[in-house]
Amino acid sequence: MGRTLAEKVWQDHIVRSAEGEPDLLYIDLHLVHEVTSPQAFDGLRAAGRPVRRPDLTLATEDHNIPTIDVDKPIADPVSRAQVEALRKNCADFGVPLYSLGNVEQGIVHVVGPQLGLTQPGMTIVCGDSHTSTHGAFGALAFGIGTSEVEHVMATQTLPLKPFKTMAINVDGELPDGVSAKDIILAVIAEIGTGGGQGYVLEYRGSAIRGLSMEGRMTICNMSIEAGARAGMIAPDQTTFDYVEGREHAPKGAEWDAAVAYWKTLFTDDDATFDAEVTIDAASLSPFVTWGTNPGQGLPLSANVPSPEDAKNDVDRVAIERALEYMDLTPGTPLRDVAIDTVFIGSCTNGRIEDLRVAADILKDRKVKDGMRLMIVPGSARVRLQAESEGLHEIFIAAGGEWRGAGCSMCLGMNPDKLTPGERSASTSNRNFEGRQGPGGRTHLVSPAVAAATAVTGHLASPADLA
Amino acid sequence: MEPFISHTGTAAPLRRSNVDTDQIIPAEYLKRITRDGFEDGLFSAWRKDPDFVLNRPEYQGVSVLVAGPDFGTGSSREHAVWALQNYGFAVVLSSRFADIFRGNSGKGGLLTAQVDQDVIEQLWTLIEADPSLEVTVDLEARTVIAGDLTADFEVDDYVRWRLMEGLDDIGITLQHADAITEFESSRPAFKPVTQ
Repeated sequence: MGRTLAEKVWQDHIVRSAEGEPDLLYIDLHLVHEVTSPQAFDGLRAAGRPVRRPDLTLATEDHNIPTIDVDKPIADPVSRAQVEALRKNCADFGVPLYSLGNVEQGIVHVVGPQLGLTQPGMTIVCGDSHTSTHGAFGALAFGIGTSEVEHVMATQTLPLKPFKTMAINVDGELPDGVSAKDIILAVIAEIGTGGGQGYVLEYRGSAIRGLSMEGRMTICNMSIEAGARAGMIAPDQTTFDYVEGREHAPKGAEWDAAVAYWKTLFTDDDATFDAEVTIDAASLSPFVTWGTNPGQGLPLSANVPSPEDAKNDVDRVAIERALEYMDLTPGTPLRDVAIDTVFIGSCTNGRIEDLRVAADILKDRKVKDGMRLMIVPGSARVRLQAESEGLHEIFIAAGGEWRGAGCSMCLGMNPDKLTPGERSASTSNRNFEGRQGPGGRTHLVSPAVAAATAVTGHLASPADLA
Repeated sequence: MEPFISHTGTAAPLRRSNVDTDQIIPAEYLKRITRDGFEDGLFSAWRKDPDFVLNRPEYQGVSVLVAGPDFGTGSSREHAVWALQNYGFAVVLSSRFADIFRGNSGKGGLLTAQVDQDVIEQLWTLIEADPSLEVTVDLEARTVIAGDLTADFEVDDYVRWRLMEGLDDIGITLQHADAITEFESSRPAFKPVTQ
């Protein structure tokens, strides 16, 4: 019988398989950052264990760092201690690290692909749930906890039970102004935050094939918000073209051998998925979230829902709580929701194409009076690229803040935060209560909707701009 | 890790669904580099409300959390498990757990017992009627017992075995170090290295 893409990659990494036990899977790349690693390094120290393969490990600083004044010492002593712990740990264990100020520094999920370290058919893990991003290359990539971080450091493997597989078919042509972000928000609204639980999602269909690598990364990035462990897209010429020539991409004969292997990485015609979902791309429109989990989303043209729309009691309570937290009234058109801060960045939408889309909309326009627009590139390289194209000048002329690379306002851990009651339109991935700062209210949007919202002051799409 | 066979304690009803790990412990608390002392961050936003279940006098000293569906969604932060344990929880019951949270719990020795939502509803009713009611979660028998209620729960066989034996995963894997070395010798040359 045929195999799915996920099954092929899984089977190519089995170190050991035994009845009644999880498979022991080899890990090709372990990405590390400052927040989920210190306790793992301490565990190794306590047990007297080395990092088995520092040459398959890469660290960067992203979650807990400021995005301005990056040449100065980190002001918050607790944050500084955590970043310094990473620097010491990497030095002690021989792990390569891109620190703040290094041209290769950035969000871990932006850095891996941009260096060419993320390649089809690999197993990639990181102590961060958005590791699913790398699945855009046809890699099996997933987030792990700190105990597993220590396990991978010590053994370069993980004991894992096979995941189920779910096909997400997105066929048809995307309407103008509808992006990868809108696709994934619609998918999560369709299957729910727990709908992908236990599954690896494989995104398929003509609308997915038509996306750039960066769009594919946006989609796979948010697989975790549907509860899935990973998201994958079969590699194709778009993938090979993106990887070729990057610093860590195979060269010469190795490139040919790699591509020959990568071309075998697709779901066989006679393979079966454990579940399938189909979405008509032509029916999609700009999507925004109104609630406090990423599944609580609707088309921008819709109204704030009512608890009476709930399917069951649990759902009704969830809607009531979300409306109360978000301070929204049922029936209000989403386009009428006024926004205080627009955040463009994160591992979901902090890449160069995202910044180009935003700049295209903000060119010769101004941020609405009293609003704040933050643009945070996903990596130092993305920042440099944007500056070489003059995008930063457009952002600054519009009244936006052009910042250094990092996770920034995505997660309310570093100085970039919402204040209580402040409402954002954010290109990030989570609208949980307090995610962007205690009491902050988040609407998840695409870069295009974010930029248009910055101009109008309320949730808007580029089509709403005169 | 201490072996986990069975646990008996009082329980708190958390009548919420989609309790994500940002609610269990906000990012602000993740700056620490230790594994303990996270109890102050547990549900920190909700604990500002004096009526929040863990603030009520009748639910002091609880060690079993009975939560709504989709518990532990979102971030992979294992700090969420540590915060629950540091606070004193040994067991969380829900009708559905997020994968990464559940995996992290198994590593850290926090039992995540999955039961049907109607069992959760019955437990909520029983506990709210008598907060001093002791709940027994028997991992060996895979049952939860509270008053007259006895229900089976689901837990992965391998996780159950590891918890009951109190085993360390890394130690188990390193018994197969030869297999890892052998696998490494056959990895394709085109796979990238970071240095």
